[in-house]
Amino acid sequence: MLRRQITINNPSGLHMRPAGVFVKAATPFQSAVSFDIRGHTYNAKSMINVLSAAVKRGDEIELRIEGEDEQACMDAVVSAIESGLGE
Amino acid sequence: MRLQGAGVSEGIGIGFAYVLQEHAIDVSKKDAGPEEGYRFSKAAEALSRILGERAAAVDKERAEILESHIMLLRDPVLLSDVEKMITDERCNGEYAVNAVFEAYAELFRQSGDELLSMRADDMRDIKNNLLAVMNGYALPDLSVLPKDSILTAEELTTSAAACIDEALVNGFVAAKGGTTSHMAIIARSMGLPAVVGVGGIAHGDRLIINGGTGEIIVNPSQAELAEYRSLMEGRRRERQALEKYRGMPTETSDGRQVELYANIGLEADILKASQADADGVGLFRTEFLFMNRSAAPSEEEQFAVYKKAALAFGKRPVIIRTLDIGGDKEIPYLGLEKEENPFLGWRAIRYCADREELFAAQLRAILRASAFGTIKIMLPMIADLRELRYARSLIRRLCGELAAQGIAFGQNIAVGIMVETPAAALLAGAFAKEADFFSIGTNDLTQYVMAVDRGNQKVAKLYSAYNPAVLRLIYHVSQEARRHNIPCGICGEAGSDPLLTRFFVGCGISELSMASACVLEIRSIIRQTAYADAKAMIDASVEQLADVEDSMALLQGLESGQPLRTSPLGQTNRQVISSPGSWS
Repeated sequence: MLRRQITINNPSGLHMRPAGVFVKAATPFQSAVSFDIRGHTYNAKSMINVLSAAVKRGDEIELRIEGEDEQACMDAVVSAIESGLGE
Repeated sequence: MRLQGAGVSEGIGIGFAYVLQEHAIDVSKKDAGPEEGYRFSKAAEALSRILGERAAAVDKERAEILESHIMLLRDPVLLSDVEKMITDERCNGEYAVNAVFEAYAELFRQSGDELLSMRADDMRDIKNNLLAVMNGYALPDLSVLPKDSILTAEELTTSAAACIDEALVNGFVAAKGGTTSHMAIIARSMGLPAVVGVGGIAHGDRLIINGGTGEIIVNPSQAELAEYRSLMEGRRRERQALEKYRGMPTETSDGRQVELYANIGLEADILKASQADADGVGLFRTEFLFMNRSAAPSEEEQFAVYKKAALAFGKRPVIIRTLDIGGDKEIPYLGLEKEENPFLGWRAIRYCADREELFAAQLRAILRASAFGTIKIMLPMIADLRELRYARSLIRRLCGELAAQGIAFGQNIAVGIMVETPAAALLAGAFAKEADFFSIGTNDLTQYVMAVDRGNQKVAKLYSAYNPAVLRLIYHVSQEARRHNIPCGICGEAGSDPLLTRFFVGCGISELSMASACVLEIRSIIRQTAYADAKAMIDASVEQLADVEDSMALLQGLESGQPLRTSPLGQTNRQVISSPGSWS
């Protein structure tokens, strides 16, 4: 399993549009993708879960990715976050 | 039959009621087998497909709304929540869908996060669409309405509104909602009339709706139809005739420039104003950002909206008025309580100064947005120089903080005041030394000068911007602004009153701010005005105005270009001018 801390810098956090881009980045991979914030774990392939996490600007999340294609998946998700999730 | 609602988007619409059916679907719990899970997943797939087809046919912004609904319909967690409930509780699909979607909607609503709480409406919208599809009802397809439809509904949902073909719709009527409802915003962005607070209209009824007055005529007579058609045709012709002024400079016949600005309040107004050929935004009413929600908009959220306005106007100025709110509005989270005299009470700058955290968040958002365009800050309800000095020192401190944090903001942002209290107007000379600009708020200035609540029918006839007391104060303020070499504008309804345009120009007012739709008309008047003549006429007579009839004589004299007889003012004119009030 891969883990990585990353900060969300979108102006309004993970609201509808960036949440959608985030989920779309994680979905194509076989691996299970989740993230932890404030002591809870959320499924990164679920829009409703990602929205429920109410991630705000400046929040740090811990990505956890497990599966055969975990490295490729981590690269894709991190690059999506670093390029601003479509914003 | 005539119905009275509230007009929330201007214009006249004639057409046939297209009533959006809301299906009453039973969501009570029933015993059911595992086939319910299959029925549910089939419906979710079918709905995703329908929304996908519709998303392909609309513009990008609207497609994004529909696509976010599709993502939720394909969400593994959401799907399994519903399926699990169907299996565990051996219940019907409708019950499970309602329970799961409502639970998320409630969770979002109570999250305390402003953006997330707005998603509650999306959850309910998707739920209703799902329930309709599960029960074999077709979703209303608003892209294939009959021509000349007037859309009529309890309330208009996001997913329905995103599919509307504007060419087929002549207006909107909703039973629920207000000025800031989804439907009102959509109607204004489409430039179509809308009336809310009216129910009981039948599908196919012929309607005339007036989005200005809120009046609806159901199944009008031929005479009424003819009357409104000619009214619409008249407006259309006027608008067409004014089109030749688009793109022309706003200057008087003797070459004096006047800036024409648009008033905006909602995010949706930004685009409209930037297309209205306005020279900038003269009044950005920020209070709408604070209304109809459960917590104040964050600095980030405000920054995003102000930045959007700054970018849309570029070098053209955007004058942002800081929060102007008080006890006449009930906004529980702001802690504003009903007051006996809300317009003389804890409002605008008085409130903001006591709630510095809220005020500072707004000012920081404005300062940061000013890095992206030409933003000016306008302080409302200033009555005492100390209020201006306080705000300026707070702004200086916030600029220092932003600089220390390495956050970009515009340097030397202009800070001006609304001149709307008699105190500020009388002391205009003193304020002009410390403010970067004035903007005369004629609505409140008239109210405070005349001591009249214009919402009170018993005294409303006293409320008139034509009252010489108001006109003379405006004249005084504009002279002081000139003497101290700062710009002086007009915002408020008088800014778009064609009868007052020449008066303002002659006073030396440099900016008029108004609803975007009025820009071309006011430009046409200014181009026909000779500044020097208007100035001479006003300088000679303004001090002698004694009653509203004198004012009317002056305003009509300015219009006709005929010099007035000197004192007693306009004896002959008086006989031909009807008094605007009913004083007989």
